[in-house]
Amino acid sequence: MEQIPLEHILILSAVLFSLGILAVITKRHAVVVLMGIELIFNAANLNLVAFSRHDSSLLQGQLFSLFVIIVVAAEAAVALAIVLRVYQHFKTAYLNQIVGDEHKS
Amino acid sequence: MLFYIFALLAILSAAYLVLTRNLLYAGFSLLVTLLSVAGIYVLLFADFVAVVQLMVYVGGVLVLILFGIMLSSRVHDKSVLSESVNKGWGISIALLLLVGLVYSIGQTSFNTLPWLQGNADDVLGLQKSTVQSIGIKLMTDFVLPFEVASLLLLIALMGAAYIATDKPKV
Repeated sequence: MEQIPLEHILILSAVLFSLGILAVITKRHAVVVLMGIELIFNAANLNLVAFSRHDSSLLQGQLFSLFVIIVVAAEAAVALAIVLRVYQHFKTAYLNQIVGDEHKS
Repeated sequence: MLFYIFALLAILSAAYLVLTRNLLYAGFSLLVTLLSVAGIYVLLFADFVAVVQLMVYVGGVLVLILFGIMLSSRVHDKSVLSESVNKGWGISIALLLLVGLVYSIGQTSFNTLPWLQGNADDVLGLQKSTVQSIGIKLMTDFVLPFEVASLLLLIALMGAAYIATDKPKV
């Protein structure tokens, strides 16, 4: 099996990172913003695993990406709980429709 | 060759996630992205990370996101759609980031870095999987982050359950 060039993996993860940033900035629904954050985490993990290939016996990059996945799981659970509370309180999950009680006329 | 198929799938489905207005389509295109990233992990000699990606992301986080979509939108009206805002700013910032990253990747000569000299083909050596060495490392060198991660998961579990339950108004 031929060697995958390191630059191609890095460019792939750069593209995924930019698409995640684009989703975070442009989307209105809070859950889609969370999906963009997942894309960003995946891009970071891809970099860690790609460099871990050259770390022949230590596997530090792969272990670091495992801990990143653990943190992502915790973050997703808490963030979705917060989104549900926001939806119950404001009756909407769209980020640009959330206004405080004092601004409601 | 297989890597480029997976990379194309990942980029196309991530672009579809950004472009589509339907929340459920966005969730399922995120599924395709996560699956192809798991395939790329297998090609990069990271089989355990690929399996963890499948179990935690596809089995856990994605199901959680789909539940979040269903619980936070009324399906019978138009609210499963999500229009885009800040399109000009978003596209310009993302393009600027992408061009900067690709330019710096292109300028860097990775072959001259001393710690990248090791040949990447015999990363597994005689053993054919990384599971054993990852297990040994988790119990020796990385035992403190391992325990801290378990504590973090416990705190996140209790916090999510506390936030999501209905509290009586005081």
